[in-house]
Amino acid sequence: MADFNQELDASGLNCPLPILRAKKTLNGMEAGEILHVIATDPGSVKDFDAFAKQTGNELMESKEEGGKFHFLIKKS
Amino acid sequence: MDEKKLAIIATKGSLDWAYPPFILASTAAALGYETQIFFTFYGLQLLKKKLDLQVTPLGNPGMPMPMGMDKWFPILGMTLPGMQGMMTKMMKQKMKDKGVASVEELRELCQEAEVKLIACQMTVDLFDMDASQFIDGVEYAGAAAFFEFAGESDICLYI
Repeated sequence: MADFNQELDASGLNCPLPILRAKKTLNGMEAGEILHVIATDPGSVKDFDAFAKQTGNELMESKEEGGKFHFLIKKS
Repeated sequence: MDEKKLAIIATKGSLDWAYPPFILASTAAALGYETQIFFTFYGLQLLKKKLDLQVTPLGNPGMPMPMGMDKWFPILGMTLPGMQGMMTKMMKQKMKDKGVASVEELRELCQEAEVKLIACQMTVDLFDMDASQFIDGVEYAGAAAFFEFAGESDICLYI
């Protein structure tokens, strides 16, 4: 997994919590920093895709590993 | 960047109807929408400090029930004392087990995300309610005032 500045474990949380927690965490980060989100909610894949598109934060990576979903979001 | 606007009119006060306005509003806010929720009639129950939202299987033929009860349990049985309380407890437990946020948590997230919560002044007066019963941060307005925002909204939902 590429380098990241902060990690958010949203395992066990369902829609809309992963997105809301991610937004909150990103608010406290600097532009250019990368947030690593771990989620178990399958709906989060599409959610983070939409989140990146709508908010302009770049979704650098989205993959499934070890039964969990991993996202790398760069704050714009 | 022009922010999109979401207006929600919340008119129901049961547990199952409480989720949609708060989930939609908090998600929209996370996506950058300017969001306002106008609470009127039974929607006002969602603004109370202490939430005691219930859900009933009575009159809810679409509600999925455990043990296939919706197939064989007689409707009159739903009116038995304790049924509503039991169903509400089961629903809340299900939410907890599946990692779904509570209504209180979603409401808090909405306020954090600067979603405007507006109570319909007319209905507050109608039901003899008091501002002291509601959570902090609620604004009071009438329909005309809400239309100022709703009229410009990109999405307006009636829940």
